[in-house]
Amino acid sequence: MPAYEARVEVTHLPGIADPAGATVERALPALGYTNVTSVHIGKTIRLSLEALDEPTARAQVEEMCERLLANPVIEAYDVTISELAR
Amino acid sequence: MAERIGVVLFPGSNCEQDVIFAVEQLGAQGEILWHGDASTNGVDAVVVPGGFAHGDYLRTGAIARFSPVMQAITDFAAAGGPLVGICNGFQVLTEAQLLPGALQKNAGLKFLCETVELRVETTTTALTNEATDGQILRIPINHFEGNFVCDAATLAQLRAEDRVVVRYVDNPNGSLDNIAGVCNEGRNIVGLMPHPERASDAILGSADGVVLLRSLLAACRVSP
Repeated sequence: MPAYEARVEVTHLPGIADPAGATVERALPALGYTNVTSVHIGKTIRLSLEALDEPTARAQVEEMCERLLANPVIEAYDVTISELAR
Repeated sequence: MAERIGVVLFPGSNCEQDVIFAVEQLGAQGEILWHGDASTNGVDAVVVPGGFAHGDYLRTGAIARFSPVMQAITDFAAAGGPLVGICNGFQVLTEAQLLPGALQKNAGLKFLCETVELRVETTTTALTNEATDGQILRIPINHFEGNFVCDAATLAQLRAEDRVVVRYVDNPNGSLDNIAGVCNEGRNIVGLMPHPERASDAILGSADGVVLLRSLLAACRVSP
């Protein structure tokens, strides 16, 4: 079976406060970066998996996001899939 | 007969003995429910205590939600059994979608360990039935992720259905609408960030948590 790497980017849903991002946003101007207009902090999850094809891998990773990797109440996620060379 | 209070123990829980001590001071019988056992052992109420269940990896409460005991707890509460989540227990119950919303990092990014004032907003829940409306309680908080958030529709519903159980008098962590605790539609499931068990005796600095724990014992006597 082909192998894939999935990169999941988890971010806050629009309108949900991001206290860590807001703190960094206030810190950067103090270092002179006065042109920074917004900062958002999320997390990246990288996982490798075997699957029949890319759509199958994507569907499975999206299901993982719904069930565990992200909290749909406050977080959005974005999945990028790439095939790993064997 | 003494009420039997089951207190869930996950790897990383650290307030389970405090809860057992506090309810036993009030004449109830406390017992541990191991997270790996898919049973509530016939207890009259369940408390999910504070701590760092499963290390709080990924998100607070995210892994705990999949422990075998959670299905048993869900069935217990669905049948009307009183269920309370304190601090990390509140986070677990939101992750399990037994309660609405989520608990985010505190605004200000500080771990907060202090006694705060709470206002009782409803007395028709498993945790407040012996309190009075508007009663002010001094109870400690001890958390990094206690900043309650939910979407606008959920907040409107919580307000309309009188499901905000306790609010902070002086919001310490950025929680939406000063919310410190909420309940489910059936009002038998309550989650809150403050620790009533740590305010269960004057020698601890406050005994204001007793009225909440007494309410839980009272809920045992009326639940099916």
